[in-house]
Amino acid sequence: METIQYGLFLLGAIVCAYRAIVSKKILTAAIYLACISALVSAVLYLLGATQVAVMELSVGAGLVTVLLVYAVSVVGDDALDPASVVPKPLAFVMVGVVTILLGFMVFPAVEKNVDTSSLALSIALWKNRVLDVWIQIALIFSGVMGVLGLLSEKTPGRIEEIHK
Amino acid sequence: MLTPLNVILFGVVALLGVGFYGLLITRNLIKVVMVLQILVKAVILALVLAGKLSGNMGLGISTAATVIVADTIVAVVGLALAVQVRRRFGTVDVPQISTLRG
Repeated sequence: METIQYGLFLLGAIVCAYRAIVSKKILTAAIYLACISALVSAVLYLLGATQVAVMELSVGAGLVTVLLVYAVSVVGDDALDPASVVPKPLAFVMVGVVTILLGFMVFPAVEKNVDTSSLALSIALWKNRVLDVWIQIALIFSGVMGVLGLLSEKTPGRIEEIHK
Repeated sequence: MLTPLNVILFGVVALLGVGFYGLLITRNLIKVVMVLQILVKAVILALVLAGKLSGNMGLGISTAATVIVADTIVAVVGLALAVQVRRRFGTVDVPQISTLRG
């Protein structure tokens, strides 16, 4: 039963990811991306990583989707994705080979027995990975600067004006 | 044997494959940011799975949380960059803005 649940959620995520990539409209792709976030959050919740599931759902399906919709509304007509430079069959074959190789490399890792002893999250986050917390604070400040750049109404000179 | 962890690992590898394919065929800057989001979601799943397999679930969760924060900042800065590029160059098509070279 658990296997079927994981399988359904992940299959949905993979289908949504493919649809997001091949869809012509960026707005449609943004909605598919939000669906992927929700499905991945469900898998994370089932895995026992409830904190990460909540973060992923609120940030991935909420904040990032809102930012994407805002960016599409600013970009306007250019939101349509043009045809790719790399031929799609070539890209498909290359990625297929890489994915199969990756699968052969990582699947033996699951054969090992699952260790059930677990380090508490509070100790891992606030003691062992305290540097990560400081880096996250710095990243959030840079994110604020990024939002200012996103919301900035000031129009920089166009490329023709720069060359003059 | 099709265990739940095998299914998750298959999903991670498939999501990574779809993301790499998207990176190769995408030309729109905003869509590139979206494809990066797909790749990072696969990585988050892989980190939590690795934490579960190694018995360090707390470590896996804390690392995944850091990745989520970094990924969000990448999305914000990438979208801000795309909007500014659109305002300056009038397009978000990557080959067309290759005139950026100095």
